Amino acid sequence: MKLKKMGIALLAAGLMASSVPAMADLVFPALSYRTGPFGANGAENADGYLDYFALLNERDGGIGGIKIQTPECETEYKPEKGVECYESTKGSGALLYQPLSTGITYQLIPKVTADKIPMLTPGYGRTSSANGKVFEYVFNFPANYWDGASVGVKYILDQEKGDLKGKKITLLYHNSAYGKEPIRTLEELSKKHGYTLKTIPVDSPGQEQKSQWLEIRRDKPDYVLMWGWGVMNQVAIGEAAKMGFPMDHFIGIWWAGSENDVKPAGEGANGYKALTFHGVGKDFPIFKDIETHLVAKGKATNGGKNIGTALYNRGLYFAMLAAEAAATAQKIHNTKDLTGAQMRDGLEALKLDKARLEALGLPNFAPEVTISCENHGGSGLVAVQQWDAKAGAWKLVSDFMPSDREIIDPLIKADSEAFAAENKITPRECK
Amino acid sequence: MSPELLNVLEVMLNGLLAGVMYSLVALGFVLIYKASGIFNYAQGVMALFAALTLVGFQTGQIPFAHVINTMFGTHVETWGPGVPTFLAIILTIGVMVLFAYLVERVVLKHMVNQAPIILFMTTIGLAYFMEGFGDLMWGADIKTMDVGLPSGASTWFETTTASWAAEGSNYPGMYVDMLDVSAAGIAILLVVVLTLFSQYTKTGRALRAVADDHQAALTVGISLRTIWVIVWSIAGCVALVAGIMWGAKSGVQFSLSLIALKALPVLILGGFTSIPGAIVGGLIIGVGEKLFEYSIGGMLGGATENWFAYGLALFFLMFRPQGLFGERIIERV
Repeated sequence: MKLKKMGIALLAAGLMASSVPAMADLVFPALSYRTGPFGANGAENADGYLDYFALLNERDGGIGGIKIQTPECETEYKPEKGVECYESTKGSGALLYQPLSTGITYQLIPKVTADKIPMLTPGYGRTSSANGKVFEYVFNFPANYWDGASVGVKYILDQEKGDLKGKKITLLYHNSAYGKEPIRTLEELSKKHGYTLKTIPVDSPGQEQKSQWLEIRRDKPDYVLMWGWGVMNQVAIGEAAKMGFPMDHFIGIWWAGSENDVKPAGEGANGYKALTFHGVGKDFPIFKDIETHLVAKGKATNGGKNIGTALYNRGLYFAMLAAEAAATAQKIHNTKDLTGAQMRDGLEALKLDKARLEALGLPNFAPEVTISCENHGGSGLVAVQQWDAKAGAWKLVSDFMPSDREIIDPLIKADSEAFAAENKITPRECK
Repeated sequence: MSPELLNVLEVMLNGLLAGVMYSLVALGFVLIYKASGIFNYAQGVMALFAALTLVGFQTGQIPFAHVINTMFGTHVETWGPGVPTFLAIILTIGVMVLFAYLVERVVLKHMVNQAPIILFMTTIGLAYFMEGFGDLMWGADIKTMDVGLPSGASTWFETTTASWAAEGSNYPGMYVDMLDVSAAGIAILLVVVLTLFSQYTKTGRALRAVADDHQAALTVGISLRTIWVIVWSIAGCVALVAGIMWGAKSGVQFSLSLIALKALPVLILGGFTSIPGAIVGGLIIGVGEKLFEYSIGGMLGGATENWFAYGLALFFLMFRPQGLFGERIIERV
């Protein structure tokens, strides 16, 4: 009996030792989703995220000589699972959360604020969390949905030689809080530029969109913008291609810009465009390091099969932002081991210039990033990528363009102040 | 004709074709419910699993490659270029028959004489198991479904209908997707084959006998368990057809299992026990939701199709609880 108890105790200790990171490690829990309706997208992003940290461990011995742990937790893209993952990993010395879901983000905002663990939601989440005075532990740089909407219109404006009067733009959106995010910005921009905006919702998951596309076919808009996710994207791109809508006038948000979205439509998807806040493809020196230190040693996540896809690159970029912030925090606080609050300071002092991106093996991969106490949203620079069906690859077809701050900043201010009033938060002073 | 009238006709036509796609899913539910009284929650996942298996055979994917690679540190993905589509379909049908056999052997055999709610819960478990099993077997990445069916707008139809419009109206012609037309043709063929099978074959007659009265069928020597294997096999084949059609629209991915949600209002409306009911129900739901979205949807902010389909089904339920073509529920005390 004693032996049995001892055996159980040893087994439990062994399991704990294998699942809980050593206290001295830098812990970046990976809240990912590899199963369910959105698993295909989640897996690619997670692979990039994990591979970057694995590369730092293999090549550099971690960050500042401290090894990195990335305990992965499956959220299935469900808010309740995301919260479970947060609760089960936060005690492991977690330094930063990137939940990869707007729904989970909303659930975690009060929790991370109370626990003083920063959360980074690049290109998703609550847009007004760009206001660091109100959202002390939430960041959403380098770009948010309102930046996306604004740059989408700016790009169209450039295509139309600066005049959108009399033009028709249709927004096809996922009928959820996420899909409705750009509406207000697009409405404000329509007043400024004189285009007619029509919004068409698609109920989740979006497998049947005949009504919506027949309506678009009748309306003949000049451009269609799309805020979609998952199967909605594939069906929309497929319907547009079948109906002969000019694909180069069809622009998706960055969550409608992966290989998964265009490949099911085959050749028909050629010319489709999507917004992005980072580079595309594998033509960057870092991929040689990934090949040498991970793929060749059999250490790449998922056997490296997703390397270079749009979402893999995004996951890689997300991890790079986190790692750079951690390195910054180590310098500021002159310590190798970090706390959540120190990590927050690192994020607020983050500065990624061209030289640093080049040193990281990612020259011109993304625009420069400068974060501060009040600005948690970054520069909001966004580019446009286009799908080349023959080559089976995305290519950038524009520079990284700034969003219309005149429109967006007042919207962020109004929304964040409303949040502060609702939650009795006194905005902090930023020096 | 005025372009407005032609627009209405176009919406109705596309509604009918969308309805056929819903019917393809509903048919599988009806077949199993009719023969065994089980509402098979796993029907949507069966469509997904069948589609994943078909693409797996077509592309030469090694089943459980991810598991093999993790366990043995290998990097295997495919065993070759894959097999031709026709052979892949045959092999997939084989897998679905094997699946039906296993369901009967491992699950249903132990559930005989259980309450309908227990059987329903069993199929929920089966659905989640199959989804996870499908993920392990074929991976979660999105796959392209191509079985050579025509797809895209019919230019002939566009040109013809454009000539119906008044001169100078600049009407572009009606849009119809050839994939939807193919689906309609296949659905008609499927119903004819199923009807002939149930009317003119010994097994078909046995199926009908079981559907009418389990006890009486047993007394004349019909094996209930064999019938269950047959009916789940047929439902698996119907699921394969639905998986091919829906997979061709959106790619084969795990949200494919959610197409079951589109079949529920069709079943409520058409009845759980009628094959013609599944078809007519699908057509009514398809046309109804598309016309409602076209005429009133805009005033309500759009995206009315999902809730309208259920609203319409509920309306019918009030007057005919058994559905339009379902068997009347008579319980004598």
